[in-house]
Amino acid sequence: MTTHDVYAALLAVRDPEIPTISVVDMGIITNVDVRSDDDVHVTMTPTFVGCPAIDVMRSDVEAAVRGLGVAHVTVDVNFDEPWTTNRLTEAGRAALLKHGLAPPEQFETLTLKLDVLNNVACPYCGSRDTDLKSPFGPTLCRSLHYCNACLQAFEGFKPV
Amino acid sequence: MNTAALADLCYRMADDELILAHRHSEWTGLGPILEEDIAFSSIAQDKLGHAQALYTIMHAHCGEPEPDVAAFMRNAEQMRCSHFVELPIGEYDFSLVRHFLFDVAEYVRWTALIESSVEPIAKLARKIHGELKYHLYHAQTWMVQLGAKGNEESHARMQTALREAWPYALGMFEQGNHEQALIDEGIYIGEASTQERWTAMVIELLASSTLEIPSSTEAHLGGRKGYHTDHLQPLLDEMTEVYRIDPSATW
Repeated sequence: MTTHDVYAALLAVRDPEIPTISVVDMGIITNVDVRSDDDVHVTMTPTFVGCPAIDVMRSDVEAAVRGLGVAHVTVDVNFDEPWTTNRLTEAGRAALLKHGLAPPEQFETLTLKLDVLNNVACPYCGSRDTDLKSPFGPTLCRSLHYCNACLQAFEGFKPV
Repeated sequence: MNTAALADLCYRMADDELILAHRHSEWTGLGPILEEDIAFSSIAQDKLGHAQALYTIMHAHCGEPEPDVAAFMRNAEQMRCSHFVELPIGEYDFSLVRHFLFDVAEYVRWTALIESSVEPIAKLARKIHGELKYHLYHAQTWMVQLGAKGNEESHARMQTALREAWPYALGMFEQGNHEQALIDEGIYIGEASTQERWTAMVIELLASSTLEIPSSTEAHLGGRKGYHTDHLQPLLDEMTEVYRIDPSATW
């Protein structure tokens, strides 16, 4: 059993709110510690502190590692390594786009200016002639936008 | 670690977040437009998450009860929330003004806590800080929209709401019983500094709203000591009803 095997198994665990993306590509798995073939510790962190999907993902992660035949699986959820949208992998960004969600821009500092939420690239036509309609969408991690080029409403994955 | 001082701080913050989360959730399904319905529901969910994280830290480090027990099994006298969050949602103008004044304070608190000497609090603060900019953006947008860019009625209603909310907002900065220990041990900057930073930020964010910031220094105190408005107990009765009937209920 290697760390790689565990990550490979976790690629099958999906975010219940955005089923095109795995927990690995979402960047919410912060550590995998294979202590022996029978003892694996996984650390994960929620996208938003109040994310209601974290308990479901936690038990799905545990089940996936158990599926490898590991007897003792510990899944710890903490904020030691806080999630930011910069933790999304390239595959993760592509998966968001496939789900019709504009992927977040990369950013450098903690205090992000919200200007980046205006002119988010439309996931349908790619135009940046778009407006932020609301910073709150159907889940905590999404925002609402409108594209002035293809005249469609769309959702974005908001940078944190 | 001074666990008594830490618990005192965490209960004040967590109870504020929990009770205001419940109040905000009362807009779910009733918001004036769909986007606002979603916004208040989302902000409520964020606040509930912050409260849960604080109860979890107190459970792990201060010997306090499990988060669900802490949230649902205390009566009004045991709660440490400010009167501000207990008030009914009122009209939308009041809810927006409370959202604005509270979230500026929340932003100031979590920003300061990034430097806390208590590691789990500092780590949580780094995470929560990133979420709050969306709350502030939403709140400030409406203060300016209905203040400077609205009409006579919207301006008057926001101004009245601001005047009525003000003494309650100042009550948020009532000290707990371990104020000096919190400051001395680097756990938290204390309420006087919080209020100072809050005032400066409120002035800055309202600069383009044309709303007049009240100069009154009257504050509704008592919440941090367990003395509450008559609005709190009915809220607790409603919020905890299912848990009190069946603590193992899931849905």
